[in-house]
Amino acid sequence: MPATEFSEPEPRMMHIEQTSMQNSAEHIHQHLGEIYRKESRLVFATLIRLLGDFDLAEDAMQDAFKAALEQWREKGIPSNPRAWLVSTGRFKAIDRVRRQSKFDPLQVQHVRQLEADTADPSRQVDKEIEDDVLRLIFTCCHPALSLEARTAMTLREVCDLTTEEIASAFLVTPSTLAQRIVRAKAKIREAKIPFEVPPEHELPDRLGAVLQVIYLVFNEGYYASSGESVTRIDLSSEAIRLGRLLHDLLPDPEVTGLLGLMLLHESRQQARTTQAGDLILLEDQDRSLWDREMIEEGLSLVDQAFSSKRAGPYTLQAGIAALHAEAKSPEATDWAQIAGLYGLLLRLNPSPVIELNRAVAIAMYKGPEAGLQQIDAILERGELNDYQLAHSARAELCRKIGRTNEARASWERALALAQQDPERRFIERKLRELGTG
Amino acid sequence: MKYICLGYMHEEVWETIPESERNTFTDECFMYDDELRKNGHLAGGEALQGVQNATTLRWRSGNVSVTDGPFAETKEQIGGIMILEATDLNHAIRLLSKHPSLRLGRGGCSWEIRPAADLTALIEESKRRGKW
Repeated sequence: MPATEFSEPEPRMMHIEQTSMQNSAEHIHQHLGEIYRKESRLVFATLIRLLGDFDLAEDAMQDAFKAALEQWREKGIPSNPRAWLVSTGRFKAIDRVRRQSKFDPLQVQHVRQLEADTADPSRQVDKEIEDDVLRLIFTCCHPALSLEARTAMTLREVCDLTTEEIASAFLVTPSTLAQRIVRAKAKIREAKIPFEVPPEHELPDRLGAVLQVIYLVFNEGYYASSGESVTRIDLSSEAIRLGRLLHDLLPDPEVTGLLGLMLLHESRQQARTTQAGDLILLEDQDRSLWDREMIEEGLSLVDQAFSSKRAGPYTLQAGIAALHAEAKSPEATDWAQIAGLYGLLLRLNPSPVIELNRAVAIAMYKGPEAGLQQIDAILERGELNDYQLAHSARAELCRKIGRTNEARASWERALALAQQDPERRFIERKLRELGTG
Repeated sequence: MKYICLGYMHEEVWETIPESERNTFTDECFMYDDELRKNGHLAGGEALQGVQNATTLRWRSGNVSVTDGPFAETKEQIGGIMILEATDLNHAIRLLSKHPSLRLGRGGCSWEIRPAADLTALIEESKRRGKW
């Protein structure tokens, strides 16, 4: 490939070996497509740092790729395409602002600032450019932006999904989503949210805001109703891709834990619904359908995350998913250890939902009565009255110990709360199985 | 860049705190304000008297109406404002995160950070209209 044929990367002035193969329009076009897929986010991120503005950087990147399409055909593909694109994009942006400054005196200062930044972007080491992607992630996921805005910004700017794709994935109109992005960019610009990776001591908090976005995207894909999945992009894969990217750039134990968690969940994708799209509970799944490769990778990530000795919430959840993945059958699952991990999770993050999960695990090794007692205690506090899964879990335990009427009442309550069709069908089937009593 | 910080206080919470604790709290706040000032980060600020001493003006049928009290009836009231000089929002967050007032228990205090609006262009435009 041409990229390796030239020794020194030289930005603006390229002396390029001219061969007919390299310069054929088709070859350039194909190669540029590849470069776009591989490099466009890096180029974009670096341009944001150099230009200090998302929209200007977006235009500059588009201009740079347009210029590449025209010039590379003549001159060949430069030895360091990324550097060429960054340099070209920066000059195009300065041109753009200079043109605007003819009509707007306030822009004159802007042009000077941009020109004053003489550090040659193409000479920067790859590490610096990788850090730009990290800066982009932390800026899109700044806690001063709402979770909705952070999610939209991350999918748009980091994952390069279109506004239409994101809108349809989150079931909002494209104009609503576009507005969300416009407002987020305005806040970044006007409130001066800097383009930076937070310092070490702020990392845990700031990383939390990033991981929250990735896990939300994953769950949005994971729990999306099957009927619509045909037209919606695969958010789970997108989240895993994002998790891998972040893991490469910042191998923090919680990033490792989250990536492991997502892979272990995703490994069950083929087993968790019937062909009609009905849900299959973990204990009823055909475990031979689980993706072994993803499980192996997930397990090794979980080991890695736990070896840090400071397991955070994602690592603990990944640990629970790992125990499920390792079990040959529901009965062979180490429920006591799962309940223990839920206990640790509760200490980090007191939440009735986690308590509910621990109660279900307790029911699996201490018996349904023990679990039921705990669920009733949670429900009595009133915190999970409107939580479908609390009533479903209660119903299932009541059924196991023959309290059929109570089981029916709980399933009916769950049915009233269920929001998605597959859930509803699942509960209706459970009600039919109970009989009419 | 200037960031105007609006400090909200929950008066009921404040009143339940024993006096010795209040004194420690106040001392710490003043010490930190002083540190901000010395480092050139405090561009101004004032503590506010209670809402019982507030007066609200508004325009009512062609006249200024003067009434007692704050505009909105809420439990949290602005207890003070501070103008921070910071390089960017992260810097402002960092400076304010260390303010001891935030540690007032049970959500007794919160700060809202509002970047100062740059009215330069607006003022220039207004001047061009030539009335002043």
